Amino acid sequence: MGELRLMKGNEAFAEACIRAGVDAYFGYPITPQSEVIEYLMAAKPYETTGMVVLQAESEVASINMCYGAAGAGFLPATSSSSPGISLKMEGISYMAGAELPLIVLNVARGGPGLGDIQPAQSDYFQATKGGGHGDYRMYVLAPSSVQEMCDFVLIAKEMAFKYRNPVMILSDGVIGQMMEKVELFDPIPRRTIEEVEKQCPWATTGKKPHRQRNIITSLDLDQYKQERHVLKLMDKYKRMEEEDVRYEEIQTADAEYLIVAYGSSARICQKTIDLARAEGIKLGLLRAITVFPFPSKRLNELANQVKGMLAVEMSAGQMVEDVKLSVNCRIPVYHFGRTGGVIHTPTEVLEAVKNLLIK
Amino acid sequence: MTEEIIIAGFGGQGVLSMGKILAYSGIMQQMEVSWMPSYGPEMRGGTANVTVILSTERISSPIVNEYDTAIILNQPSLDKFENTVKPGGTLIYDPNGITRHPTRTDINIYSIEATEEAANMGNTKIFNMIVLGGYIKVKPIVSVENVIKGLEKSLPKRHHHLIPENKEGVLKGMQIIQVKK
Repeated sequence: MGELRLMKGNEAFAEACIRAGVDAYFGYPITPQSEVIEYLMAAKPYETTGMVVLQAESEVASINMCYGAAGAGFLPATSSSSPGISLKMEGISYMAGAELPLIVLNVARGGPGLGDIQPAQSDYFQATKGGGHGDYRMYVLAPSSVQEMCDFVLIAKEMAFKYRNPVMILSDGVIGQMMEKVELFDPIPRRTIEEVEKQCPWATTGKKPHRQRNIITSLDLDQYKQERHVLKLMDKYKRMEEEDVRYEEIQTADAEYLIVAYGSSARICQKTIDLARAEGIKLGLLRAITVFPFPSKRLNELANQVKGMLAVEMSAGQMVEDVKLSVNCRIPVYHFGRTGGVIHTPTEVLEAVKNLLIK
Repeated sequence: MTEEIIIAGFGGQGVLSMGKILAYSGIMQQMEVSWMPSYGPEMRGGTANVTVILSTERISSPIVNEYDTAIILNQPSLDKFENTVKPGGTLIYDPNGITRHPTRTDINIYSIEATEEAANMGNTKIFNMIVLGGYIKVKPIVSVENVIKGLEKSLPKRHHHLIPENKEGVLKGMQIIQVKK
């Protein structure tokens, strides 16, 4: 068994980055995720593993530092909260275009604009539909516990290299600020320069006599070549949908009604399931662990079994669109959720189940 | 067994750290725990609160709207949380500065003069540990030994010399808590 600690989600992410052998973290503080950089600065991994930790002058600078590090074959991580993630979106689009690995954490808060600092899930569209400009996607993991804030760094690392693509961990103020028991995985050493060169033959590690120079860019002025490049990216996203969809089912075996949720909202809904079952309502939960790729195939199967689905998210209704697309409107799909930083309670969700779904 | 607790008071009273020590005590007792603070505008001057859940099972929602126990340390928190205690639940409060006392008759109400006692002991910083002692007296979910272990875990090593006086605070709290008349 690994080391047990009581940690905030933000701290667990930071510790996991060190242990996972992430090469560099570039960030800029913003509530509710400032503990990430605070933790890293206190832990000083640059003195032990050689991992770089740097507070940049802005979010834009930090994502472009990530771009540079990833171009050289290193695995960078960054983190922010909603308004700061918006600032990073240009860089993320460039990195997706240049096919570079990246781990980016969004500890989301209420929006739009500066919004507030309370937890929200209203960045779903931004995270799953691109966010920046152009035809691209990120692989998006949605942790619903502090343990997953730790463990998902390992999955993110694997996916970032498997697909050579930015991976987002889409969290929110609940998971970032909450403390829970965490079992930490054993540290994995950072790659040596030789290992980086071997794993990333595309990286700008210095031109060798026997090969062409490597160029990291997201620019191609020849539109036909650019189209081929975009289609190649699309193949990659299709592969994500075929090979790496993740979800968890809770009490779906005999469910007549289904809640679809992710992240902290899925935790709240687990309690709603318990409350509903105590009243004899056969309610189940599908928790999306990846929100891109979305568990559409499984939801489509469940549409043959349940009478209706309720998408419960801390937003005015974003993921609900993906649920509707998944079931092709064969059964009724509704949305419920508080937004703007307000967190729905398990009993509010149960009321919505009764009023919207069962009627 | 699941115990859902809200601890609420002014910023600076040690609300969040009391919750953290309680959560660590739960871990020492092999329980599942969650600790969810208010981190919004209220902690920037004003009231602070934290939801702590201790359970022998996997904890579903870290956010709840009613509590088994409310530990209340100022008037605004009493006004806000008295009605969120489950029927048959427990409310513990420090009457210092309270002008409108709790009125519910369907819950168990205890008072603990922790502010006054901390002043008598000449150490206002152990105020929150006195309150915590009162809590574990009426709800013996975690043992004193595990609270001390929780303290050791949550305090940085350089502050470990303060553990004996904190322990004294816990024991004092266990003595002075009383059923509200």
